[in-house]
Amino acid sequence: MAKKRIVTATVNGREEEFLCQPRQTLLEVLRNTLGLTGAKEGCSNGNCGACSVVIDGKAVNTCMVLAVEAEGANIETIEGLAPVDGLDPLQEAFLENAALQCGICTPGFIMSAKAFLDENPNPTEEEIRFSMAGNLCRCTGYDKIVRAIQQAAETRCAQSASCEKETV
Amino acid sequence: MRDFEYEAPTSLADAVGLLARSNGNARPLAGGTDLIDHVRTGRLSTDLIVDLKKIPELMALELNDAGLRLGAAVPCYQIYSHAGILENYTAIADSSNIIGGMQIQNRASVGGNLANAGAAADSTPALIALEATVVIQGPAGSREIPVDQFCTGPGKNVLEPGEIIVELKFPPRPGHSGSHYRRFIPRNEMDIAVVGVGASVVLDESGENFVSARIGLGAVAAKPFYAQEASELLAGQPVNDETIKKAGEAARSVIKPITDMRGTEEFRLHVTGVLTERVLKKAVERARG
Repeated sequence: MAKKRIVTATVNGREEEFLCQPRQTLLEVLRNTLGLTGAKEGCSNGNCGACSVVIDGKAVNTCMVLAVEAEGANIETIEGLAPVDGLDPLQEAFLENAALQCGICTPGFIMSAKAFLDENPNPTEEEIRFSMAGNLCRCTGYDKIVRAIQQAAETRCAQSASCEKETV
Repeated sequence: MRDFEYEAPTSLADAVGLLARSNGNARPLAGGTDLIDHVRTGRLSTDLIVDLKKIPELMALELNDAGLRLGAAVPCYQIYSHAGILENYTAIADSSNIIGGMQIQNRASVGGNLANAGAAADSTPALIALEATVVIQGPAGSREIPVDQFCTGPGKNVLEPGEIIVELKFPPRPGHSGSHYRRFIPRNEMDIAVVGVGASVVLDESGENFVSARIGLGAVAAKPFYAQEASELLAGQPVNDETIKKAGEAARSVIKPITDMRGTEEFRLHVTGVLTERVLKKAVERARG
């Protein structure tokens, strides 16, 4: 059996040290070692996006990342998204638009959408649909999810002076 | 997943040494989007995974007068976010932007896509169109081969045990040139090519005649390949529907498609002609600027 490794990474703003085997995925370690069960195991092969978290600003499928690869990484999961006194605009918008039914895909959708909106704060509907293609939902269809992300983008823009509307 | 060891060397020599010492049972890791799945399902077995992402040569992305150097482990998102690639080597940006979804593109590399040697690999026809050279390093030293000679069959390539792809080198782009990659899939995103076509064209100063063209085809034979006759017949010809149609017919005539769940042989024949024409027209549009 390969020796366990000590990995140090920042998880939701806190430095965490964990032990893992090389064969463990980051998803396993997040859920089973760190107790962060927001990221879900869906397909386990990179199709469904239910295990999406944000690593160094980029959305990735944690079922396809080895935990040992996370050494030194900055990891953001759904557990760290809400501010102390409320919800993130994406969480609010998913609730208000009823953009979920069973909820399994929701943490992945929200973290992917966060990484996407951080890079593209004012997207078109088409850009949202294209960029969210790596997250699958089998309950709602996608219209409510797309509307929620549009609404969250508007809220985030209103809260931030740096978001400029493109004029055509 | 079955047990294995993991190393993340910081030099090319160390990586090659590690891979060579493991009797062919070590696997290089770039984005892992194929490798980790294959190890999990048991399709591939390994005693040692060698992470290549800490090796500077494999993460290089340099564009200058000598052309483009693309490290084999550079993730797709860095490719389609690069202004110089978008402008001059557009076909690779096109393919990097449609391999999987955002999460896959944030990890997967073009070098890995090539090394897996899938018949339907999206980036390989673009690499063929843009005349990439594959730089390989192994226990016996380094060697270079043209990208259209890299794949030898489904899932098979020319790499010897212990060898890895270091980078892809592209010649500088001449003036009045343009390129494009497009695939046919029945969905909008997240699917495997039924037919994939990459093309690069160089026009004369008037923009009305082809100086040269290169067409790479994917998913229509056992490996992606250079459609030589279809490419060469365009040289010196005027840019019009008739010559572009001839190139499409020549491309159709050399493919050896199979019938599978994604499409029949007959459908792939038809789509190859249509897509070759469309991709050439888009490349011409870009060459005209």
